[in-house]
Amino acid sequence: MTTLTDQEFLRYSRHLLIPEVGLAGQEKLKASSALIIGTGGLGSPIALYLAAAGIGRIGLVDYDMVEDSNLQRQIIHDTNTLDKLKVESARARMLGLNPYIQVDSYNEPFTAENAMRIATGYDIIIDGSDNFPTRYLSNDVAVFLGIPNIYGSIYQFDGQASVFYAKEGPCYRCLFPTPPPPHLVPSCADGGVLGVLPGTIGSIQATEAIKVLLGIGSSLVGRLMLYNALEMSFDYVKLKKNPKCPVCSENPTITELIDYEEFCGVPGHHIDEMPNEWDISALDLATEMKSSSPLLLDVREPHEQKISNLPEAKNIPFGELASRLSELNTAQEIVVFCRTGNRSLYAIEILLGAGFRKLKNLEGGINEWAEDVDTSLSIY
Amino acid sequence: MPIIKIPTPLRAYTEGEKDISVEGKTVNAALDSLLSIYPDLKKSIYNEYGQLRAFVNLFLGEEHIRDLEGLDTPLTEKDLLLIIPSIAGGRG
Repeated sequence: MTTLTDQEFLRYSRHLLIPEVGLAGQEKLKASSALIIGTGGLGSPIALYLAAAGIGRIGLVDYDMVEDSNLQRQIIHDTNTLDKLKVESARARMLGLNPYIQVDSYNEPFTAENAMRIATGYDIIIDGSDNFPTRYLSNDVAVFLGIPNIYGSIYQFDGQASVFYAKEGPCYRCLFPTPPPPHLVPSCADGGVLGVLPGTIGSIQATEAIKVLLGIGSSLVGRLMLYNALEMSFDYVKLKKNPKCPVCSENPTITELIDYEEFCGVPGHHIDEMPNEWDISALDLATEMKSSSPLLLDVREPHEQKISNLPEAKNIPFGELASRLSELNTAQEIVVFCRTGNRSLYAIEILLGAGFRKLKNLEGGINEWAEDVDTSLSIY
Repeated sequence: MPIIKIPTPLRAYTEGEKDISVEGKTVNAALDSLLSIYPDLKKSIYNEYGQLRAFVNLFLGEEHIRDLEGLDTPLTEKDLLLIIPSIAGGRG
């Protein structure tokens, strides 16, 4: 039986006062464990609130370093931990907030190879990842281990949250059997996100985690919560177990972890660092442009051009590309670019499908051009 | 007329519009009506075999159309059809 120390009685006083938590509940939280996938936008509030709440053992999985562009929303990190490992930055902050817990950090990508080793022994998984391969992996691991997967996901002003727990209700695959084709749904790195949005959704995940660990209230099992920050609307839809679900139905077709990157058709980690046959570096392009004049095709949104711009480029936002192909000439060489080289790669996929062949992708996007060629441009 | 609510990630294909009034007495007819207004949406909703994409979920009120009558689910003039896609963001 886990018992509280005198310092912990003081610390958790406001929990001890709520009848639904009380002494037994707080001791239960101290004896509980939670694995948080990702220590970014969602992981920040989740990790901070679970640490503050006194969850006895919290695991953190991430492999990134803290960067400037994280701090608009990843409030567990700070300016003093720039360039440090995210798991270590987060761990130090959590132990500073609450020294009476244990924080285990896993400085590695969460993959089919290490996932069962890392997750075995935890009571719940909390999915704060940012890509489809990791989301399917987290789901399947939770189903195979028979534990809840507290789900949250965000995009621009929209958030979703649910509790996927195959023993009591549907899993992630019951709702989304397969991921979208890569170019159809942009990521936060491409589409942006309101900084406080992961705070809202991550706090809801932390709430659900604590309720599930305590066994109190009505959880989001069997419900998907939909939040829109612009409209300040919360909607709920009912989710049922899919009788044909490949992992959690009575006759599953997937009974062990699979290759999630292949399944999703995208790399789970560092998509922008994957080499591809269309890439041209900013320096090489600058050299090439001295002797030839390819069409520079900017697939960013108009508001991004106000931050940095190549005046000679033609702008067709990614979402309009498929319907504006007639403005382009298959005979001309086209160099596609965006902010960092992701969207442009998906644009190349669309152009290839439409018969274009003379294509290049500006590796690292306009940001790399700003770094290596025209340093008067802003990097964002 | 029934209204189809377009989620943010797909609004790139509806000129930013989020609530689209459509014609149609079934979910299927309403989708046809939507795609006649915004043909660019088609590849996001249907796969190359003309089937609803697995990552696109349609809800009439709180209910998944899979738990109703699928694409044949009848719609009334006041119905709100939600398109709920998968989104992945969170860590980065």
